[in-house]
Parts: sequence; structure tokens; C-alpha cells
Amino acid sequence: MTALFVLLCVILIGIIVVQIGKVTELAGKIRGEEEAQERTNRTQAGYSMIFMIVFLLACTVSAIYYKDSMLWYGPNESASAHGSSIDYIFNITLFFTGIVFFITQILLFYFAYKYRARRGSKAEYISHNNRLEVIWTAIPAVVMTFLVVGGLDAWNDVMADVEEGEDYIEIEATGYQFAWHLRYPGPDGKLGARDYKMISATNPLGQVWSDEKNLDDFHPSEIVLPVGKKVRVRITSRDVLHNFYLPHFRVKMDAVPGMPTYFVFTPTTTTEEYRAKLGALNDRGEPQYPEWHAPLDPEDPEGPTKFEDFNFELACAELCGKGHYAMRRAVRIVSEAEYKNWLSEQQSYYESTIKGTEDDPFASEAVEEEPELTDASPVEGDTPEGEGSAE
Amino acid sequence: MANVADKPLVHEDDLLIEEYGYDDHFHDHHHGDKFQSNFVTTYFFSQDHKMIAKQFLITGMFWAIIGGLMSLVFRLQLGFPEENMAWLKPVLGKWITVNDAGIGSLAPEFYYALVTMHGTILVFFVLTAGLSGTFSNLLIPLQIGARDMASPFMNMLSYWFFFLAGVVMFFSLFLNTGPFAGGWTAYPPLSALPQASSGSGAGMTLWIVSLVFFVVSVLLGGINYITTVLNMRTKGMSMWRMPLTIWAFFITAIIGLLSFPVLVSAFLLVTFDRSLGTSFFLSEIFIGGQALDHVGGSPILYQHLFWFLGHPEVYIIILPAMGIVSEVLSVHSRKPIFGYKAMVYSILAIAFLSFIVWAHHMFMSGVNPFISNFFVIFTLIIAVPSAVKVFNWIATLYGGNVRFNSASLFAIGFVSMFISGGLTGIFLGNSAIDIQLHDTYFVVAHFHIVMGVAAFFGMFAGIYNWFPKMYGRFMNETLGKLHFWGTIVGAYAVFWPMHYLGMAGVPRRYYRFDSFAAFGSFDLMNQFITVAAIITFGFQLLFVVNFFYSIWKGKKMTDRNPWKASTLEWTTPIEGIHGNWPGKIPTVQRWAYDYGKDGKDFIPQIQPVGADESKDEH
Ligand code: HEM
Ligand SMILES: [Cu+2]
Ligand SMILES: [Cu+2]
Repeated sequence: MTALFVLLCVILIGIIVVQIGKVTELAGKIRGEEEAQERTNRTQAGYSMIFMIVFLLACTVSAIYYKDSMLWYGPNESASAHGSSIDYIFNITLFFTGIVFFITQILLFYFAYKYRARRGSKAEYISHNNRLEVIWTAIPAVVMTFLVVGGLDAWNDVMADVEEGEDYIEIEATGYQFAWHLRYPGPDGKLGARDYKMISATNPLGQVWSDEKNLDDFHPSEIVLPVGKKVRVRITSRDVLHNFYLPHFRVKMDAVPGMPTYFVFTPTTTTEEYRAKLGALNDRGEPQYPEWHAPLDPEDPEGPTKFEDFNFELACAELCGKGHYAMRRAVRIVSEAEYKNWLSEQQSYYESTIKGTEDDPFASEAVEEEPELTDASPVEGDTPEGEGSAE
Repeated sequence: MANVADKPLVHEDDLLIEEYGYDDHFHDHHHGDKFQSNFVTTYFFSQDHKMIAKQFLITGMFWAIIGGLMSLVFRLQLGFPEENMAWLKPVLGKWITVNDAGIGSLAPEFYYALVTMHGTILVFFVLTAGLSGTFSNLLIPLQIGARDMASPFMNMLSYWFFFLAGVVMFFSLFLNTGPFAGGWTAYPPLSALPQASSGSGAGMTLWIVSLVFFVVSVLLGGINYITTVLNMRTKGMSMWRMPLTIWAFFITAIIGLLSFPVLVSAFLLVTFDRSLGTSFFLSEIFIGGQALDHVGGSPILYQHLFWFLGHPEVYIIILPAMGIVSEVLSVHSRKPIFGYKAMVYSILAIAFLSFIVWAHHMFMSGVNPFISNFFVIFTLIIAVPSAVKVFNWIATLYGGNVRFNSASLFAIGFVSMFISGGLTGIFLGNSAIDIQLHDTYFVVAHFHIVMGVAAFFGMFAGIYNWFPKMYGRFMNETLGKLHFWGTIVGAYAVFWPMHYLGMAGVPRRYYRFDSFAAFGSFDLMNQFITVAAIITFGFQLLFVVNFFYSIWKGKKMTDRNPWKASTLEWTTPIEGIHGNWPGKIPTVQRWAYDYGKDGKDFIPQIQPVGADESKDEH
């Protein structure tokens, strides 16, 4: 029944459309082809100008309207040391391309309008102009060179690996369907060896327990880092491609099974500082970014506001299957002291889960202790069907 | 050959052809007519390039509607995740999951399947086959003065392989496990392991089979286009006298010939990994509770192979559109295309460079960051010939006598879109900026505007312009203009806001945005985009109605050269005949762009250069 109705509607619309079309064709017949075309040129050229103005205005106004929620403007400045160099190139590029955008769009529609065919008007025969062509090849070439040099300078800086003897923290993020598994090196500062064949329900990363560097490694459920300290994230995957993406820190790198990648960055803003910035009041005592002052839960206006609940986030940015959109982990940037404190509360995965079990190569020497599960992340992909659920 | 509309042999063109043409005795033999002997060989297994062009076009339109509808379904999910989609259950069946509250929503795996199918269909079936297939077939023989393609039989096979590819892909939509769902780029391991995604089983197998047929189609077509352009140009049609359309189709075919086989090699290796236990792309994988035996492969290798086709592919899509737009802009502004030689050289430069920029899609994939330096440089160099083309199109309008109709409007719209989308390429090509923008909605905005919408605009410009050549009738102009304004406004409304989403860091290919605080604050924008997409799609139906109505009921063509164009296709009789020209083949006396020269509105290519004519070294 509904299908029939829809079909009828479609046919009806089709008929109406065809009739509209016929009317103007008739007009053409009455007035004569040429005059009809001339009228058309006039109206369509007018529409072109209107479109151009409305379009360029809409671009400008919408950009201003959304600037607070866009990166590089408003509150969403980068929270890492290298981030500002990326933001800088972005803005330089925006500046140059913005100019080109406005000039070319205006000329395009304006010329179409200005040179519309009119009675008696004729086109000029201009087939080329070498000087002009050289100029407008050279200008983009120069601008591009400028952008490339700036861009590559930043790129090679940002992507450089840590150097020997440098002071940094190394952590590890392993993507799997559909979550991130995090590993910290523990007091020895070194991540232990892994072998994917040793992965099991109790050994989600396949750590080789005979490697002593593994014994103090721990698996937190969120990333916690001290502000101002260089971090090298070792990024890897257990199954398909994922991408370690920290939008606020301008960090992004694929997680590739069988080939660990890395990204080095230095957080420069603590979570608390960032929250304060989002919640800031302006001179008149009003919220600078009102959208962040909205209650977190619209049902509960008295509850915490959005900025109070703000957290940096880790996301996945490489399609990895049906749960790709929900691989969230919180990222907390804290002061050095808080970080020390947090570290001291962590228990190594070996201690909590492996020690004394049959997987423990040191079982005979170890003092029996009740294994206790501290790892907050359930290992979803480990069910026999591999059906990790996204939620 | 008598026809009523233009009385035999009084048309000036016919006199010129009779006088200067070349007699190849084509019509002395009867082979010419055997292709049109019955219904099946005329409408199905036709070997006439004009009919094959129509077949490509209509098949492309079919796929555009399917692919477009898919995008509406997933946009509904993105724009209105809380709304009840149970009404789609009769069509989508189990892919609509109904929760306890009775609210139906799209299953995530099917959302990804739709996104994947949408991308594959639009990129390959619509914008490659539908665009190149249609216009290369229609225009190459007509504009270079050939009776048909070099091998009409291969040309027919080319269409039927495309058709077969479509049948296989269509079939995969109805698999119990769903069609392939790993993105149009089909990166392994996701695409290689059925354990990783339900669509990676039979869905992926059919996806590969379909695309291999498709590549066969592209190659058969491409070899034909190249051979025809190289060997079958009429007397006087030197390369430097070819219209830019022909240059574009010719170079496009070469790019396709060089890059598509690499894609097949990637598919072959994936297939080995999938079924023979090899490890080209797989290494150290633990999935489904099991550690796989594969070691030593590299998923990144696949990406190299894929993008070695993938980047040229985007130019395979846009170059024909550029050629069409150059031609349409020139004809309707009654001026030569500005900087013809520069246009040709920039096509050549783009074609060459398109082979050495592929890794700009892989800046964040784990390739050595040092290597990226080269790809950044080449990528930003490619922006220069692209910019030159834009300036030349704008300069073509300057000083013109612009005739506004659906074709020229879409050509102007193309330039606008190409500017908007090309400029965002400059952000993405700079690897430092790409760290942040890669795989966000900024990329989605970039390539939909520069490739998706722009190529569609080029296609529409071509259809409105050459519809009379195809069907002997005009499409309705009023509906055409309505279609244009609805589409340009709608397309910008859909894709412009996506820049903002991308700059806010929102990743592409997310089924929901509310799992992250950082991405979840754009509900209104997402709703706006969805509504705009639905309306824009509606305007395309206007086009479809106009198209089919006009085939049978459109205004009849009475003048064989309605646009007063100088190229050869408009010297053929109104009703297309086998062999294109009833008598001799026209010979070419001049370049394709003598518009407004010496005060004459236009001088057809078949007209010899007059003694008093001014010289011009275009
Ligand atoms: C002005 C020159 C251009 C430059 C510098 C450029 C640059 C780029 C870059 C660097 C990317 C990768 C972005 C990422 O994934 O992070 C990209 C994506 C893309 N570009 Fe362009 N582009 C340009 C023009 C074009 C043109 C003319 C087309 C098509 C006609 C095109 C189609 C695409 C497509 C389809 C993608 C996305 C593929 C995907 O990931 O699914 N681009 N572009
Ligand atoms: Cu993912
Ligand atoms: Cu590319």
C-alpha cells in the first residue's frame, strides 16, 4: 500500500516537473529562440552573482561561527609541544589558499556575469598570453615552495625519533578489535619482549615472561602522563590496522600488526589547565565558551558542566571493523608529583596475574600470592569467535 | 542517407566534406550495416561506439542512484542516530537492529558495508566507467574523424565486462554475511581475514572478482581509446589540433593502462593471503582467539600497491571531466580555450606527476617519515599545473560572449568546485598538517568536492552538451538549470561543513560520534548535512526524469550544429548513423578553437584556412 502511494507520488512529481519544463519551452517558442536565450543569459548571470555573494558570505560567516570548536582557534589549541608548529603551517596555508579562494571564485562568477552574451555583443579572440601564463605558473610555484619548506621543516622535527641518552618515557599502545591495550614499562623504564604466539586470555599482549624487563610492566586503563616530559609511544596492533590518534596533541600514527611504529611528543598542558581554559570567564564575568558551561547531562542541570568533565581522548583513526568508532581511552596529563604518585599505585601485570601460575617461569622461586586482576580493560577479542563487542 | 531536417547536400558542412573530405569507400561495402541488423545487436551487443557510450551512461546512472541511495541511508544514521529506522526493515531486513525501546537503527557492520559500497561504486562504476566510458566512446571517433573505434568488438567486450562487474557487485549486496565492509581502499589485514569482519568473507571475494572484471573492462576500453587516437585520426588532425576532450581521454586511458594492472597485482596477492596461506600482507596476527601462522608480510606493501593505482585513479576520474569542461566553456563563451598548449602540457604534467605522489595517502601509515619528504614535494608540485588549468578556464570566460545554459553552468560550477577542493589538497599534501587532518572529515570534504562533485559536474556538463548528439533531441533547459542550482547549492551545503568537522578532529568512518566528547558536539551540523544530502539527491532525480523524458519527448534538434561548435562531431547527420559520416570522412584544416576569429563567430575545423585569414600561433 505504502509502496503504491510512494510510487504514485513519484509519478505525480514527475508529471509536475515535466510540465514546469514545458512552460518555459513554450515561452521560448513565443518569444523566439534568440530573445529567449538572451533573457536566460541575463537571469542566469544574475543568479551567478547572487550565488557567489551568498556562497562566499556563508563560507566566512560559518567559519567565524564555528571557530571555537575548530582546532587552531578558540579554546582548542594544541596541548603538545610540536602541535603549535603544525597549527602554524596550517594557518599560513589557510592564509594563502584563502586569498586564492576568494580571488578565483570572484573572478570566475564575475567574468561569467560580465561577459554574458547580449544582443550584438561579440567575444574577443584571445587564444593565449605567454607573459600572463608564466606569471601565474610562477606565483603558485613560489608559494608552494614556501609552504613545502615550512612544512617539511616541521615534519622532520615532529617525526624524529628520540635520540640516544635522551630523557623520555616510553609507553606502549596496542590496538585490537575493539579497544586499546596500554602498557607502561614500570620502574626499570624498559618494555619487555613480546611474542604474538604467546597471546592468551591471561597474557593479552603476549609478553615473554622469561624476559625480566616484563616483570614490572603494568597495564593501566588510561594514559597518564606528566606534563612537560617527552613521551615515546610505541604503537602496535594485535590484529588489523588501527591508528593511535590523540586529537588534542596532534598525534596520529597507524598501528600495524608485525611492525611497531612510534610517535614522540611532549604534553604541555595538564588536564586541569585545559579544563580551566574551557571554563574561563571573560572580563564581564561571562563564560568565554558558553557551550562548555552546559551541563554534562541535559536532564540534570545542577550536575557537572561539560568543561569540568573534560578529558583528553585517545581514538582510533583507521577503519578496523564494526567497533572502530568506539575505541576510546581517556588521557590524563598531570603534574610530575601526581604522576609519581599514580605510578606508585600501579601494580605490574606479572605480579597481579601471572606470578605463581603455570605461565610463570619463575614459579618455583616465587612466593605464592593470590593473583588479582587489576587490568581494567577486558580483553574482548579473546572469545573464540573473535566477536569483540563495540559497546 | 536522406534526412528531412537538413536537406541532403545543401548543408554547408556536407559541401565542405564532399570537396575536401577523404573517400575511404566505407559505404561501398555492406559490412557497415551488419551491426545494426537486429534488435539484439543494436541495443545489447552493439559494436557501435555511440550505442556503447549510451550503455555506459545509463549503466553509470543506475549505479549512481544505487550508490547515492546508500549514502542517504548511512547519512540518516549519522545525522539522526536516535531516530527510528525500523521503516527500512522491509528493505534491509536483519541489518536494521531494533533495540528494547523499539527503536531501529542501522547495524554497525552494515553501516560500514554501505560506506564501502558507496565508495567503490561511485569511484569505479560511476566516475570511471560512467564518465570515461561514456564520453571517450562517444567523442573519440566523432571528434577525430573516425568511423568507429579501432576495435569495435573489444569495445563491446569492454562494456560487457563492466556489466559483469556490476552484476557480481550487485549480487554481493545480498550475501547473508553482507557485502565487503572494509572501506573502498580494502586495506588488509581487515580485508584479508574473514575473522576480522563479516564482510571480509564472501563479500570480499566477490568484491575482488567484480573489480578484476572491472579492470579488464578498463583495459579493453583503454587500449582501444589509445589506439584509436593514435592511428585513426583523420587527415589533418595532428595531435596539436585535437580538442582538449580528446587529449584528456587519451591521457586518461594511458594512465589507466599503466596503473590498473598494479591494482590487480595487489588483489592477486591478497587473494593468495586469503586462500593459499601466503603472507604478503600479514604478519604476527592474533585474531579470533588464535595466533595465525603468517609472519613477515607487510600491510603497508598493499597500501603502496593500492595507491599506486589509487592516486592516478583520481586523475583518471577528473581528467575527462576537465577535458569536457574545457570544451564546453570554450564553445559557450564563444572563445578559444585560453592557453591551449598550456592546457595540454598541464594534462601531461599532471599525468606524469600522478604516478609519483601516491604515498601522500600514507604519511601516517608507518612508512619511513624521511620518504614522505619526496612525496610532499611532488604532491605540492602537482598543485601548480592544477592551478594553471584553473586560471586558464577563468581566462577563457574573460572577454567572452557567454551563453548560459545547463551545460555551461555545470562547467562553471565544475571550476568553482575544483578550486574549493583543490585548495584543501594543499593542506593535506603537506605532511605536517596531514598528521592532524588525515582520516578526518577534512579529507572527506576534500575529495568529495574536488573529485566527487567536480567530476559529476563535468559529467553533467557533457551530458547536457552532447545529449543532442546522442539522442537527436535536447534536454529540457529549465529543468537543467533548476538541477544545476539545486546541485551546486546542495553539494556545498553537504560538503563545506565537513571541513569544520575535520578541523575539529572528527575522524571519518565513524558509525557514531557520541562515544567521544571531542567529536560528539556537532549534532546540529550532522543533521544539516543529512538533510542537505537528501535534498541534493532529490535534485538528481530531476535530472533522471529530464534525461529519460527528453530521450523520447525532448525538443527535436533541427540544426545539426546547435551550439555552433567547430569540432567534427557536429558535422555528422542528426540521426547518428553507423560509420558516422554518410559519405566521405571530413579532413581537418585547423585547430579546434577558432571561435571569434577575424570577427567570425566560429570556423569549423573542416574549413580550409582562407588566404586573408589572420595568423595565430595559439
Ligand atoms: C591540488 C592538488 C591535490 C593535492 C595536493 C591533493 C592532496 C591529497 C592528499 C595529501 C590526500 C590524502 C589525505 C589523507 O588521507 O590524509 C588526498 C586525498 C584524496 N584526494 Fe587529493 N589532492 C589534490 C587534488 C585531488 C584531485 C584533483 C582529486 C580527484 C580528482 C583528489 C582526490 C582525492 C581522494 C579521492 C582522496 C582520498 C582518498 C581516500 O583516502 O579515500 N585530490 N589528496
Ligand atoms: Cu579503528
Ligand atoms: Cu592522491
